[in-house]
Amino acid sequence: MTEPEEYYVALFESISQVLRSEKILKNAGIPHKLIPVPRHISSDCGVCLRFTSNLKKQIEDILAGKVDVIEMRQL
Amino acid sequence: MIYETAQKTISDDALMKTIYFDNAATSWPKPEDTLVAMNLYSQSIGASPGRSGHRLSIEAGRVVFETRDALAQLFGIHDPLRIVFTKNATEALNIAISGLLKPGDHAITSSMEHNSVMRPLRSLEDKGLELSIIPCSGQGDLNPDDIVPHIQKNTRAVILTHASNVTGTILPVADVGKIAREHGLIFCVDAAQTAGAIPIDVDEMLIDLLAFTGHKSLFGPQGTGGLYIRNGLEKVIAPVMTGGTGSKSEFEEQPDFMPDKYESGTLNTIGLAGLGAGVRYILSQGIDAIRASEEVLTTAFLRGVQSMDGVILYGHRNASRRIAVVSFNIRDMSPSEVALALDERYHIMSRPGLHCAPSAHKTIGTFPAGTNRFSFGYFNTVDQVQSAIEAIHQLISGKGSYARNH
Ligand SMILES: Cc1ncc(COP(=O)(O)O)c(C=O)c1O
Repeated sequence: MTEPEEYYVALFESISQVLRSEKILKNAGIPHKLIPVPRHISSDCGVCLRFTSNLKKQIEDILAGKVDVIEMRQL
Repeated sequence: MIYETAQKTISDDALMKTIYFDNAATSWPKPEDTLVAMNLYSQSIGASPGRSGHRLSIEAGRVVFETRDALAQLFGIHDPLRIVFTKNATEALNIAISGLLKPGDHAITSSMEHNSVMRPLRSLEDKGLELSIIPCSGQGDLNPDDIVPHIQKNTRAVILTHASNVTGTILPVADVGKIAREHGLIFCVDAAQTAGAIPIDVDEMLIDLLAFTGHKSLFGPQGTGGLYIRNGLEKVIAPVMTGGTGSKSEFEEQPDFMPDKYESGTLNTIGLAGLGAGVRYILSQGIDAIRASEEVLTTAFLRGVQSMDGVILYGHRNASRRIAVVSFNIRDMSPSEVALALDERYHIMSRPGLHCAPSAHKTIGTFPAGTNRFSFGYFNTVDQVQSAIEAIHQLISGKGSYARNH
């Protein structure tokens, strides 16, 4: 058995931005999942992108200058 | 009721014979893909995009995003979120023009503009906008050098149609873009007639604002269109409408980011599903192939009528300098008589009159009577063009009345 995965979520201002980020990650082949914003985090836009913590830097870099991320939060 | 009427007046037989040359008003038919996508959305997605976190809403959001993405690809736009959806080019031009220009500003435009540019500018003129309208040639051409002497201290923007919907003349957008950029002016292009018909690259042409409509050469349904806003310009363009966006809902102020700042209210998702499919169809055919095929039709028409005694042609004789829109008149016949005869006797759908562009008609000397306009599309054939040439020939030689085939 492997260690339980550690997850991060990226939060955005609007669904358009989530979907643009989703597309960028998809095209780059970076694993991610679009999920409803977890209840303990408040965000108006309803959905966010979840990924494993080891991908945080890579995702920050690929989205930089393309999509404004409000924040990346550990789950 | 309406459906029944339509069925009665347009039989299958008549539809088969129909030659539709009114693609500049709206394209028809649409690619099968457009209809399939709209059906698919309404049957298996249906939800409102960007308003809820459930699966169907996200899927609806993806449909809208994919349409933005396809348009971004077509116009060389790096960030699809720089595209705002509107109901047509007119709404896009109203956002660009009335959102940007203020009393005391000066704007430059051409004499070939459609009323969707002229009327917003004229209304602002009443409120204190200064306006220079650069005269174009009798063929509808603009000399870019004519712009420079009109630039003043308070000049804010140049607004220009990419191609005239009356003469089909393609205007020198890239040259004007260069002049605008050199003088620090915002350059807004009306691509209602060219988006999907000829190549457009916002960076190469130095376009700051690009207004397009979905239902003409982009092969979407009516009720779709949009505005590209170059990075940063959203800071100086006020939205025409404000309201719910599904984002920043805790605030009563309008969001300031793209595209939400300009997209209040539920979008026309079914229409955008169709538009996306239309644009992907264009991308798969290749804009150059579409352009080449429309140029062949235009050339065939121009060749067929240019030496006919009694036909007056407007615009360039060379199809490479125009889109697939041709205006003509027949001596001693009014445009509406010609259009009616073409419809009733030859099943040819064309448009007579002023084409919503009085200034363009004054420029080419066809005001107030107007012209007959044929506008060809990717689904027209050379055979159809030949039939139209023959029909015009018969009308001129007075034989038209014998050709009645019903
Ligand atoms: C040059 C030009 N600009 C703008 C428009 C307006 O397009 P829409 O009616 O889709 O808003 C049209 C067509 O109607 C046009 O030909």
